[in-house]
Amino acid sequence: MLRLESLTKRYRTGDLALSAVSLEIPAGQVVGLIGPSGAGKSTLIRCVNRLVEPTSGRIWLGDLEVTRLGRGGLRRARRRMGMIFQEYALVERLTVMENLLSGRLGYVSFWRSLARRFPPDDIRNAFRLLDRVGLMEHADKRADALSGGQRQRVGIARALAQDPDILLVDEPTASLDPKTSRQIMRLLREVCAEQGLAAIVNIHDVVLAQQFMIRIVGLRAGVVVYDGPPDGLTPEVLTEIYGEEDWTGTGEQTDVDRSAPPGLPDTDELVGAL
Amino acid sequence: MAIRQTPEGPIWRKRTGLASVALWCGWLALVLLFVVAWEAMTRNQIWAFVWDAPEQAADLIDRMVPPRWSYMDQLWAPLWDTINIATLGTLMAILLAVPVAFMAARNTTPSVLFVRPVAIFIIVASRSVNALIWALLLVAILGPGLLAGIIAIALRSIGFIGKLLYEAIEEIDPRQVEAVRATGAGPAQVLDFGIVPQIMPAFAGITLFRWDINIRESTVLGLVGAGGIGLQLKASVDGLAWPQVTLIFIVILATVILSEWVSARVRAALT
Repeated sequence: MLRLESLTKRYRTGDLALSAVSLEIPAGQVVGLIGPSGAGKSTLIRCVNRLVEPTSGRIWLGDLEVTRLGRGGLRRARRRMGMIFQEYALVERLTVMENLLSGRLGYVSFWRSLARRFPPDDIRNAFRLLDRVGLMEHADKRADALSGGQRQRVGIARALAQDPDILLVDEPTASLDPKTSRQIMRLLREVCAEQGLAAIVNIHDVVLAQQFMIRIVGLRAGVVVYDGPPDGLTPEVLTEIYGEEDWTGTGEQTDVDRSAPPGLPDTDELVGAL
Repeated sequence: MAIRQTPEGPIWRKRTGLASVALWCGWLALVLLFVVAWEAMTRNQIWAFVWDAPEQAADLIDRMVPPRWSYMDQLWAPLWDTINIATLGTLMAILLAVPVAFMAARNTTPSVLFVRPVAIFIIVASRSVNALIWALLLVAILGPGLLAGIIAIALRSIGFIGKLLYEAIEEIDPRQVEAVRATGAGPAQVLDFGIVPQIMPAFAGITLFRWDINIRESTVLGLVGAGGIGLQLKASVDGLAWPQVTLIFIVILATVILSEWVSARVRAALT
């Protein structure tokens, strides 16, 4: 589904954010990307849809080489990659519905979007997604009138409105309280399972990552130092990723939430999503 | 810097001894400069005129009251012209200033090296000339009348609106723009969904503020023949018709208060 081949990013300041990162993410797999601040997690995610231009290396989305696309091609490729942000990044002064429909911008013409005359199918689908994330009665509110958890739900719905193949999720819970964080993570995992979406989820909360991910990639200073199942995160591995610290209670898992089957969803669920 | 180690422990002051002496000398120099400049400026002043200023002022006020209310009949038309000059001038300025602002803002300009300097130059050029001077030039070019006034107001306002708007554009939250870009939106759509909603309150505030200022500016444009109530003002002053001048002042004051009230109301409704 998504393949990174020795992806490297060096910023103009000379900082090497990513150093020959190679990763392969099959369809429908949800991967947690962990690592200390500055390890290159955000850069990696932004390289995938080229909000940040990689310095070298290749990115494949299915059969499409994203790194070779021109402007128009890149815009069409971006439609297939839904992005979810740390601070929600909703357009604060637009309504929830407008934010949701902004996920369709890659599909409609400028004049239609300027007049906010989106196709009826898009609007029907937007209502369906609003219902899915539990915000039906907030459709006409301005985004800045919502709470943090609600905003992140709108962010998720906006990404889903794109009808993506993969979600790029950047610290979805960093601005949320522990309970809301768990709700958001659960919602993310559910929608990925329902629609067979792959996802890369940047997250710095190791416990949360272990609880909700089926595969963890550990990044340190732009290099992949761990790639494996969540229960492989022993104190030694965590030390390798984050540096020396007392990891008692973090490595061994306590409340593994695996009630929903990880991996691929049932076929009829997939059909429903289509 | 300003921490001094003493046997009783460190002592902190904002400035070191030397810095406070330097600061004191700076203030002293400023006062001396003021005294010298004052002396030079008033060398040619005829002080006799200044000493009887209170009497002169009292005399003038005596001649100015009561205002000649019946003159109002002839003021309605120029007053309407004045408001129109301000409003049309502001609208024209908006049309021209919005593209200039987007070209001048670092985060939206097509080219920092080539387009931005041109846009900044337009803004600076427009701001450095007062509306009255623009009107003076335009009356010479276009002849006296409303058109010269409207264009003068517009030319002056481009810089004002352009500058404040481009600063607002530069201060937007880039994450919201990034999010819209990530959906696969084209540049015009990013502008429409990511940037415009963020600058809308600033835009409304700036244009209303400028309209408010333009009402005041357009009251004097008539002094140089560019239409509006200033024509009557000039005629009345030249004809020593002081009671009419008083009435014009009252009318201008009332208009400005009204425009202030209107723009405050609209601004409150928009944010």
